[in-house]
Amino acid sequence: MSEFSVSALDGLSVGGSVTIREMGRQGMVSLRADLSAAAKAVARVTGAEMPAQRKISAGKECAVAWMSPDEVLILCAADQAGKIAFDLSEALTGQHHLALDISDARAMFSVTGEAGAIRDVLAKITPADIGALGLGEMRRTRLQQVAGAIWFEAGDEARVICFRSVARYVFDLLAMSAREGGTVGYHG
Amino acid sequence: MSLRLPKGGRLIDRDKRVVFSFNGKRLTGFAGDTLASALMGSGQRIMGRSFKYHRPRGVVASGVEEPNALVNLGKGKTHEPNQRATTTEIFQGLQATSQNHWPSLSWDIGEVNALIPRFLPAGFYYKTFIHPRPFWKHVFEPFIRQSAGLGKAPDPKLQDPDRYEQFYAHTDLVIAGGGIAGLQAALEAGRSGAQVILCEQSAHWGGRAPVDGVEIEGQPAEVWIKNAVDTLEKMENIHLRLRCMVAGVYDHGYVLAYERVSDHAPQDDVVRHRLWRIRSRHVIAATGALERPLSFAGNDKPGVMLASAVRDHVVNYGSAPGERVVIVTNNDDAYRTALVLAEAGLTVPCVVDARARAEGALPKAVRARGIRVLAGMGISNIKGLRGVVAAQLCRQDGAGEVIEDVICDAVAMSGGWSPVVHLWSHCGGKLLWEKENSFFRPDPDKPPTDQNGEGFVICAGAANGALHAGQTLEDALNSTRKSLQDLNMPVSDQAFLKVSVPEEEKLEPVWIMPAKAGPKKRAKMWLDFQNDVKVSDVQLAAREGYESVEHTKRYTTLGMATDQGKLSNINGLAVLAGALGAEIPQVGTTTFRPPYAPISMGAIAGEARGALFQPLRRTPIQGWHEDNGAHFEPVGYWRRPYCFPRKGESHRDAVNREILAVRNGVGLLDASTLGKIIVKGPDAGRFLDMLYTNVMSSLKPGKCRYGLMCSENGFLMDDGVVARLDEETFLVHTTTGGADRIHAHMEDWLQCEWWDWKVYTANVTEAFAQIAVVGPKARALLNKIGADIDLSKEALPFMGWAEGRIGGFDARVFRISFSGELSFEIAVPASQGRAFWDKLLEAGAEFGATPYGTEALHVMRAEKGFIMIGDETDGTVIPQDLGLDWAISKKKDDYLGKRAQERSHMADPERWKLVGLETLDGSVLPDGSYALDEGVNENGQGNTQGRVTSTYFSPTLGRGIAMGLVRHGPDRMGEVIAFNTTKPAAKGAAPKTIKARIVSPVFYDPEGEKQNV
Repeated sequence: MSEFSVSALDGLSVGGSVTIREMGRQGMVSLRADLSAAAKAVARVTGAEMPAQRKISAGKECAVAWMSPDEVLILCAADQAGKIAFDLSEALTGQHHLALDISDARAMFSVTGEAGAIRDVLAKITPADIGALGLGEMRRTRLQQVAGAIWFEAGDEARVICFRSVARYVFDLLAMSAREGGTVGYHG
Repeated sequence: MSLRLPKGGRLIDRDKRVVFSFNGKRLTGFAGDTLASALMGSGQRIMGRSFKYHRPRGVVASGVEEPNALVNLGKGKTHEPNQRATTTEIFQGLQATSQNHWPSLSWDIGEVNALIPRFLPAGFYYKTFIHPRPFWKHVFEPFIRQSAGLGKAPDPKLQDPDRYEQFYAHTDLVIAGGGIAGLQAALEAGRSGAQVILCEQSAHWGGRAPVDGVEIEGQPAEVWIKNAVDTLEKMENIHLRLRCMVAGVYDHGYVLAYERVSDHAPQDDVVRHRLWRIRSRHVIAATGALERPLSFAGNDKPGVMLASAVRDHVVNYGSAPGERVVIVTNNDDAYRTALVLAEAGLTVPCVVDARARAEGALPKAVRARGIRVLAGMGISNIKGLRGVVAAQLCRQDGAGEVIEDVICDAVAMSGGWSPVVHLWSHCGGKLLWEKENSFFRPDPDKPPTDQNGEGFVICAGAANGALHAGQTLEDALNSTRKSLQDLNMPVSDQAFLKVSVPEEEKLEPVWIMPAKAGPKKRAKMWLDFQNDVKVSDVQLAAREGYESVEHTKRYTTLGMATDQGKLSNINGLAVLAGALGAEIPQVGTTTFRPPYAPISMGAIAGEARGALFQPLRRTPIQGWHEDNGAHFEPVGYWRRPYCFPRKGESHRDAVNREILAVRNGVGLLDASTLGKIIVKGPDAGRFLDMLYTNVMSSLKPGKCRYGLMCSENGFLMDDGVVARLDEETFLVHTTTGGADRIHAHMEDWLQCEWWDWKVYTANVTEAFAQIAVVGPKARALLNKIGADIDLSKEALPFMGWAEGRIGGFDARVFRISFSGELSFEIAVPASQGRAFWDKLLEAGAEFGATPYGTEALHVMRAEKGFIMIGDETDGTVIPQDLGLDWAISKKKDDYLGKRAQERSHMADPERWKLVGLETLDGSVLPDGSYALDEGVNENGQGNTQGRVTSTYFSPTLGRGIAMGLVRHGPDRMGEVIAFNTTKPAAKGAAPKTIKARIVSPVFYDPEGEKQNV
């Protein structure tokens, strides 16, 4: 019933050295399976190749991100997640797997602005080597006290995902890190 | 009298006056001044009082090593104690006050301490702790609390308003120190392409080379430094950071650096301090060296300074500690101070050199300026009460017979230099005693090692023992090349730079001046200025049997002050070695621990304050709770509504109202925090049979079952309801606090033990909003909003679940009850949670639908005798203790905890078991209260036979109810036992107790008729 549906922060945004925006409802499907054995099914449903370790591969109006040796995350439109989860389960019939629509368990943010400023803001909240994070790679990490993942959608836009219940905390973290008066100038 | 010179001062801008205050007095300095140089320039010689004896103290050093010139900075919310005047850059409006003085800085009552030299000797505390005992509590402690100490602690009621943050960086090299060695290292590393962070703790590049008149490649050092910095700034792989001190080096190349971003120019909402958390492949410590004081009587008087600090102040800031400055030394380097002072137009009556000969290039240059050089001499005593009036000279090899009084108002001393080996030592790098130069330097064969057993820190320049500027750059280049080679990076073939600087002759170690000084003099020779430790204290410790330097340190407090003995350690251990008749390397050093110099608590906390102190997890309905006055309680990282008090209503009244509303009508509970874990796979049933004490694999799709989870030690760790979604899929509900823990527990067993079982799990706690609709009118409410699921008792009985639409929402509804009432727990997608809650409230108005909180939940479950993980369990309780044997399968071969529960102590009939407790007077038993038993145990304590685990006022029953664990409890129904209280009893009377009867824990609807409708 999408007419009732709202994301964790309902599109909240804030400016600063970069702009932070909660991206509203985002489709996410978690798939746990033997990834090599599931590659065909994933390709059939998403149009994407099975991503290599820590990589993201693009599919038809969706992307598949490597999460662990037996888990991928499919990013898609909010209204597609249920169908993709269902289709994956169909395609993997007979093979041990778990495909779940977890869209509502998560929140997603965009961080847009100048490339160096984005990395400086992120480096205040994650111990991951954010300078080494290239396009097409997803980094699961810690956002200060909570779990999260980060990737670059483009040079001037990073995406951050976290669990829904801590969306406010992560938004506040990003907003504080981007607030004027804290310029670092480390990343070029 | 200290003074500002008419000209000079390479770091100050005389056109920009800066007004600040010291002890409320308005003073003026120049832009670029430190607080120490500005105070010195204003004629303010006394800057504080010492820790124990309240002796007047002035500035000694010129940097982070300063022991004396500590001040309180700011006031009110921004008050900060123990700030070093030598590293505090002044700004308009800076407010500083001196520390540890009473009633005033210039006239202090504590000075009387110094007149009783027997007071507060080494080991004073330990001795007075032992005997006479009452003295400590009634005499010494009050006096010491009044008089000892340094800065004033901040007011605990005020909160630091400043902003702090942390920053993570990853790099090939961290270079600590931006003197000429650090710059040389950065240039070489920069050419190799390495990623480098170069940190300099002060506000200026170049270190002390410009002050010492070093020439590099035929030009003054200052020119080379400027060019080097220009070059480095153009290199993309070099990151330069001023006012950034490398504070600590840790395992795995982890480096902490402390950046004072805006201390020098405070502004609202600008980050004050930033803590850099760096992962570096290698660390180059180009941290220079620190000059050592000389130990002569009166060496702590205001106006006695390190020789290098005197010339730093003259050259850098145009400030001088006096007009007539005697220099006392055991080395050639201090002669530079004589030349600088003479150049500045100040008088140097003489240079007192403890060595028998002083014929090096620098002494010669000093003599050439007509300055007396007195070889083989020392200082016997400094005359003057609150400053220096005269230096009394003697033979260094004598006992201190005064030969001559030299009128002067300041003394510059130099006992040689010690390389700053702290960063080398933080991770275990070993040191060598270099006898020729009388210092400890890094032992190149024993570096601190990384995860591969390879050295990852290297010292460069003076920090490596290459003190003489002629060797410093060469050593820095060599060290950097070694580091780059270790990192498999190219090194350049650049030649060593030509450095011209006068040759220096060897120093003569002098640990006591004069060498044969008697006890009276030794009691006036300060080693540790900040903690008031003297030569006599260390010698006393040695006489009392302290041989280890670590023990002596603690006994005397040598090197334990905020400066961590930067000036005192080497002198102290040399005196100890002398007293023990041992060699210095045998005595060794104390351990160097991070941070190198104090860093702010704010920087350590970083952004974690206020709303960001801790992540607060929010349910989709949290906003409604906040808007409707919920009183919250922490449950894990969640804040759950404890109750929803109405205007003027107490929490207890609110809880009672909520309970009665549920029992008589319908209540709504936000149960979204409940853990929800999907367990799927062909082996899922088998897996859950191992996790739970009862059988889950036999559960039919569409049904729910309550289960208990134990650790492998048999203790009850979680409980909850499992719903079977389909043949291969289960939904496991855990407690709110257990969701992450139990998910991790599952993964632990799946990944480490049963890795070949085909089971996948997913924690979907946050994907759903879960609302419990509870009470006799629950079904009526749901039927009103409409459902495409048959919610009747027949179609959806107790412990059943169904999926469909309720009120237009995607819903999964579970017929489970934690209250004993008719109950539907309804899960909807989190994104629809708030709308669903609003709809239930709106439609429920006619049924009196009442939101209720966790306390009402707790009371209602206690009325029903349901256990609560964390109340009835505490990590020592097994299910059998709680009378839950019905939920423990006898048929299963195994489950986690089964073996443990068969052990003799677990099967012991003497274990306390769960019962209900009813007070005879209807009152509420105190939580945690013990059931008293007869007799006493081996410790003379009264025996106990049980304890209260949950206790509440039941509005349903109108009386106090409780559950507790009691020995043989279930066999003692109807028996009355006494519980202790903390209520005060009349003097002499027995402690008050409350009598309670042992009853069944199920107080309400024991047949379960109300939930099963």
